[in-house]
Amino acid sequence: MIHSQPRLLPAGDSALLIGFADEIDDSVNNRVHALVHALRAQTRPEILDLVPAYSSLLVCYDPRRVSFTEMCALLQSALESLQTYTPPEPRLVEIPTQYGGEFGPDLAFVARRNIIAEDDVIRLHTSVVYRVYFVGFAPGFAYMGSVPDQIAAPRMETPRTRVPAGSVGIAGRQTGIYPMETPGGWRIIGRTALPLFDPNCDPPAFLRPGDRVQFVPI
Amino acid sequence: MQGRKILPSTSAPPAPWHSLQKAAMLKVLDPGILTTIQDAGRWGYQVYGVPTSGAMDLPALRAANQIVRNAPDEAALEIHSPVVLQTDAPHLIAMTGADARFEINGRAVPTWMSVFVRASATIAVAPKRTGGWIYLAMHGGIDVPRVLGSKSTFLRGQFGGLEGRALAAGDQIPIGAQTIGDLVAAAGRGADKRAHRRTEIRVILGPHHDWFAPEAIATLTETKFTLTETADRMGYRLRGNALAGMRTQELISCGVPLGAIQVPPDGQPIVLMADHQTTGGYPIIATVVTEDISHVAQSAPGDLLAFRAVDLK
Repeated sequence: MIHSQPRLLPAGDSALLIGFADEIDDSVNNRVHALVHALRAQTRPEILDLVPAYSSLLVCYDPRRVSFTEMCALLQSALESLQTYTPPEPRLVEIPTQYGGEFGPDLAFVARRNIIAEDDVIRLHTSVVYRVYFVGFAPGFAYMGSVPDQIAAPRMETPRTRVPAGSVGIAGRQTGIYPMETPGGWRIIGRTALPLFDPNCDPPAFLRPGDRVQFVPI
Repeated sequence: MQGRKILPSTSAPPAPWHSLQKAAMLKVLDPGILTTIQDAGRWGYQVYGVPTSGAMDLPALRAANQIVRNAPDEAALEIHSPVVLQTDAPHLIAMTGADARFEINGRAVPTWMSVFVRASATIAVAPKRTGGWIYLAMHGGIDVPRVLGSKSTFLRGQFGGLEGRALAAGDQIPIGAQTIGDLVAAAGRGADKRAHRRTEIRVILGPHHDWFAPEAIATLTETKFTLTETADRMGYRLRGNALAGMRTQELISCGVPLGAIQVPPDGQPIVLMADHQTTGGYPIIATVVTEDISHVAQSAPGDLLAFRAVDLK
């Protein structure tokens, strides 16, 4: 459900959550990122951080400089100015990926579950241009969607303790890439050698919210 | 010689007479477990999935820095288990945070006060209880490179602090330049140690409190929760009466603040701490007020915590 008006809720005394909807929606996600751009352009010292997600934005603020009420007023006026905002052209990023074998231990599972051939999983996964909804969970981890229904797959009941860096996975209709080795429960169908996160660069994440991504089999 | 300018012998401007040029190192003899360099945190990069990290007990870090006349957010050592260090130069240091044994060359010295240490001295710090977070600040701060604007260590990401890792035996920790003026001003300085630890933690309900039945809110604020052994820089898991959710639909992931009390399907709450993931899909029933986060952080496994809902001012 998309709210008629964005909801502004306190998330403690130093953050505020702006909720646009309870569901994943591309136009809502555009608004979230437009708001991030608008707020960043204002460079306000009272805003300490911005955490966009599918349909919400967490605004971390300095309670010594500004109150919740003042933040709401500030954000309401930023939301109003979004009417005239034109988002920048999204970047198209290609991810060269090796599918299956040791790089895709769950490729067979995804194929069997959907009663299609492994080659069809690869064909379908690479046929769509995905949107990066947001980057979260781990540094550089881009939540992308949506994969075709025919290759959707549930998360593992017991996550792996180690998913190798560069692993490409599916969870539900989301797809993502693990930038560094972490535990993880997504179904791993391939691996990319592309570096996705470098803390010595600014911005440190290779994929950014709003990017359009296509996987290319190699 | 009136009117004649005396030129310096090198092209570099001369160092101010009151500044000490020698870079000092603190050598690690016993690194302890998961001892890291932390400052006040890494802000501005959560949009890339980078947690804020930083000190678990921010007021204690700032007090230590204030005592030794560092900038309040300067990096210090965050200590959680017995640690032994050795100096190679004189230093002015201060220890704050949880109760601890603090010794120089085997002799007890006061905490929450500036302490002068000579060269080749041994500094030993040991928390008196499990779960205590201790800060050891040195005048001059810790001279490690900033990564994404901060000297804080993010262990899971393997960056920041000392090469992105916990201290190891034999490490040399570079201490920043000291100034005699500051050393003199810091001598004898102390800070008020927090009188006692709060066990009643103030929270602000939400942002997902409407995902819970009123009975669950009552359970949160009227019953006590025990801190489990699963308490680390990412989050503190609590055990108590289950907090029952009301909705069957799944919450889509959203940004989560420091101090958020997340409730996974088993109804056992988790308080998010310094290294928490930036986004999450579990509903947040309430969020600990900023001032009380350090009180949660300084609890030990087995401690009982009570939550009290307060209004946002």
